[in-house]
Amino acid sequence: MARFEETGPRLPVTESIRVDKVRPSSRLFGKLRAALVLILSLILLIPVYVMISTSIKVYNDVVAVPPKITFQPTLQGFVFLLTERAVLTKAQLEELTKNPGELDLPGQVALEAGQQVTGPSDFAFNLKNSLIIAGASTVLSVILGLFAAYAFSRFDVPGKNDLLFFILSTRMLPAVVVTIPLFLMYRALDLHDTYLGMIMLYTVFNLSFSVWLLKGFIDEIPREYEEAALVDGYSRLQAFFKVVLPQAVTGIAATTVFCLIFAWNEYAFALMLTSENARTAPPSIATMLGRGVVEWQAIAAGSVLFLIPVVIITFALRKYLLRGVTFGAIRQ
Amino acid sequence: MSLANTQQNTSVPATKGQPNRWRLGDRAILNLFIWPTLILLIAFNFFPLFYSLFLAFTKFSAIRNTAPVWIWLQNFQDILQDKNMWGHFATSGRYVLMSVGLETLIGFALAMFVRQKFRGSGVITTLILVPMMLSPVVVGLFWKVPMYDPSFGYFNYLIGFNHPASGPDMLASTFARESVSGLALWAVVIAEIWMWTPFVMLLVLSGLNAIPDYLYEAAAIDRASSWFQFWRITLPQVAPLLLIAVLFRTIEAFKSFDLVMGMTGGGPGDQTELIAVTLYKKAFLGSWQTGYSSALAYIILIIIIAVSNVYVKYLNQIKGEA
Repeated sequence: MARFEETGPRLPVTESIRVDKVRPSSRLFGKLRAALVLILSLILLIPVYVMISTSIKVYNDVVAVPPKITFQPTLQGFVFLLTERAVLTKAQLEELTKNPGELDLPGQVALEAGQQVTGPSDFAFNLKNSLIIAGASTVLSVILGLFAAYAFSRFDVPGKNDLLFFILSTRMLPAVVVTIPLFLMYRALDLHDTYLGMIMLYTVFNLSFSVWLLKGFIDEIPREYEEAALVDGYSRLQAFFKVVLPQAVTGIAATTVFCLIFAWNEYAFALMLTSENARTAPPSIATMLGRGVVEWQAIAAGSVLFLIPVVIITFALRKYLLRGVTFGAIRQ
Repeated sequence: MSLANTQQNTSVPATKGQPNRWRLGDRAILNLFIWPTLILLIAFNFFPLFYSLFLAFTKFSAIRNTAPVWIWLQNFQDILQDKNMWGHFATSGRYVLMSVGLETLIGFALAMFVRQKFRGSGVITTLILVPMMLSPVVVGLFWKVPMYDPSFGYFNYLIGFNHPASGPDMLASTFARESVSGLALWAVVIAEIWMWTPFVMLLVLSGLNAIPDYLYEAAAIDRASSWFQFWRITLPQVAPLLLIAVLFRTIEAFKSFDLVMGMTGGGPGDQTELIAVTLYKKAFLGSWQTGYSSALAYIILIIIIAVSNVYVKYLNQIKGEA
């Protein structure tokens, strides 16, 4: 961009280009654009609306023709999701309907569907497993990925491009095939159906992505900052922690969100490599399909509950996620 | 920082003995930073990769108690001579082109739209990301029934057909009971695009935000048209991140089976039978042909490596220019 001095403006400057003097037409254009974005995002969110509304419908409303826009909201989906129930016989039903006062809220909701709560379901436990496994593996893969990305970005690593391609290629083999050898390996190492095994697996699964993404962000940070810090007497590690890390916050936040989403939603490995102790939520949502009548409201409730933690974290990090890396004073 | 620079400039020649120490430190840090990642990746990939490579040359089923029988290249020969298989590869190719192409276009456009901030843009942008946060299994289930179901699904109502007999049944690939080929593939492509466009948008947005303002200021002083600014500033500056997004989407779309498996199971007929779906069926359904599916996986792997190599070459080229 130093060419400016050589060429100069091509046309004489006849009108103000000051940013604060926005013409009315462009302000109108801005309003239109905002409206367009709003409409587009509403269209995009229709399936999410369908999911949320399904989770608070009773079964008959779910399969109503045409789809019901207005309906009586109910907790049936959530109760069905979180409890094991038994269908009541007619006599039991009548007896319970006479004195429903002793029942707690889930019991009353189940009663309306002619069922009785017999105990909690596994879903809460699966959700806790998902939190532990996805959380730990996300932290690990971001930290490891950050170190590796920094090294690849700043140092002359021998065979750098080949190594980077190797890291990328670990993500290329279809998961379906790796699962069988992994299953055998995990059984031999006693990692099958353990937190440790799943955390390690998802960390590895996300590392290639985190290294590549973070390297892109760190490449953008001018080396001059660190060099100045090194000249000032910082050690390499100090320069990394005090100069590079704060600059890379945007990249770290974006990578965290992506790694979390991948680990949180992973299905194929979780189905094969966990059974009871470490089963995560996605396979347990999918297995709800196999039980006779498909209780869409319960599946929807599970999906909504499962979505909430990721949405919260993404919203919390959105400032970093959407903010630019606004340096550039000494770029190039 | 520049002030510090000039102050230190005078003292640099005095620290002549230091570069050696620094280089040693850098080497140690380099190893410290890279090896944990490499060791973990090697430990978890070495055995699965080579064991499945071995299985690719054998006749073996994971659910039978017989040892793998070495049959040389028989599996590869069977796959390459199977006409259906070539059809499934072609379906996968169409699926990847359609979905990644549209995801890139729509994602880029969305990013350009939400780039300039307006009231509530942060919240809206984050809301756009919600589809990406869902599990593919869940997305498959929800598009299959509450969305696409011909009688009580929302999709037909939204596009203006309120009777099952006169409207499309997307997943059965029929329109008013007449079969229309390609409809089912579009149905799964729409779900895939719905889910992953936000991903492209987010990466492009990060790239857009990282473009320093002075480039545009200089262009404005030069009286460059906004078209010129887009082609000569915006696009080249975003290109590296855009390419990374496209690269990852291509790999993932080529491998993805959970979404399609949940929605159509490859049907009707084999209209949505992606090669990854075939792979899943051969590996885990019916007679669990582990050897055969390992061979197929390696063929898929080779294709993915070839395609990503092209991307990575192009990426390095762009970075060299920028």
